[in-house]
Amino acid sequence: MDMDENSIKTIMFGFTIAVGGGGPAIAIGLLTGKALEAIGRNPEALNDIRTNMILGIAFAESIAIYSLVAAFIIKFV
Amino acid sequence: MPHVSLAAEKISSLFGLTVTNSLLATWLTMALLFIFTWLATRRLSLHPTGAQTLAEIVVGGLYDFFQQVTGENVKKFFPLAASLFLFILVSNWMGLLPGVGTIGFFHHAHGQEVMTPLFRAPTADLNTTIALALITVFAIQYFGFRALGFHYTGRFIILNSPIMFAVGILELVSEIAKIISFGFRLFGNIFAGEVLLTVIAFLIPFVAPLPFLAMELFIGMIQALVFSMLFAVFAQIAVSHGEEHS
Repeated sequence: MDMDENSIKTIMFGFTIAVGGGGPAIAIGLLTGKALEAIGRNPEALNDIRTNMILGIAFAESIAIYSLVAAFIIKFV
Repeated sequence: MPHVSLAAEKISSLFGLTVTNSLLATWLTMALLFIFTWLATRRLSLHPTGAQTLAEIVVGGLYDFFQQVTGENVKKFFPLAASLFLFILVSNWMGLLPGVGTIGFFHHAHGQEVMTPLFRAPTADLNTTIALALITVFAIQYFGFRALGFHYTGRFIILNSPIMFAVGILELVSEIAKIISFGFRLFGNIFAGEVLLTVIAFLIPFVAPLPFLAMELFIGMIQALVFSMLFAVFAQIAVSHGEEHS
C-alpha cells in the first residue's frame, strides 16, 4: 500500500488516543470502585476517601493526557 | 475544518520580545484578579458586605480545604496553593468567555486564509503550564529545605545501602517527572477542551456546544483544584520527610 504522510498521521492520531485512553479508563474505573467499596465499609471517612480518590484519578488521567498530547503532536507538528 | 494550533500564535512584539495571544489573555487574567481583590478589600470591615463576602467565602473555603490536606503546615503552603488555584481557575475559565478564540486577525498561511485569535486561554499554552509546574516543584524543594535544612538532601542521596541509593535516585527522577506531569496534565486538559469546543461549534453551532461548555467549566475547576491539591500533598510529603523513619 502506498500511503502519503498525511494519511498515516491521521490514522496514527486516532490510534494513539484510542490505545492511550484505554488503560487510564480501566484504572479510573477500578479506583472509583474501590473507593465506593471503602465508603460503604466506613461511611464516616467519606471526605478522606474522596480526597484520596480524586488524587488517584488525577494521576491516572494524566497518562491519558500524555497520549492525547502525543497524538496532537503526531497530527499537527 | 477549523485550524488548531498547538503553539500559541504571536500577535505582536513588545521591545523586541514576542507577545502571543495567550500572553495577552494572561494579562487579562491578572487584571481580573487584581480588580476583584481591590474591590473586595477597599473598605474592610468585621461585618463584610458585597465583594468582601465573596472573597471571604473563597479564601475561607480554600483555607479549610488545605488544612484538611496539610494539617498544621497550612500556614506555610496556603499563599502559594491558593494563588495557584485562583490563577489557574480564572485562566482555565478564560477560554470559555465569548470572543476568546473566535475574534482575531485573518492572514494567509499554508496557502489559505487562516484566522489568528486575539485571545487564547493562558493555560492552553504549554509555556504557561510548564512555568507554573517549575514554580510548584521548586517551591516544594524550597519548603523542604526550609523545614529540614541540610537533612532534606537525605531524601535523594541515601548512602546506607545500594538499594536505598537507587531509591534516592528514583526520588530525584520522580521530582523531575513531576514538572512534566504537572505541566502536561494542565495543558492537555485545557487545550483538548478548547479543540473540542472549536470542533463542536464548527459542526453544530446552536445548542449542541452547551453540554460541552458545562463540561469544560467543570474540568477547569477540577484541574485548578488538582494542581493546587497535588502541590499541597507533595509539599507535605517533602516537609515531613524524616518523620516516618524516626
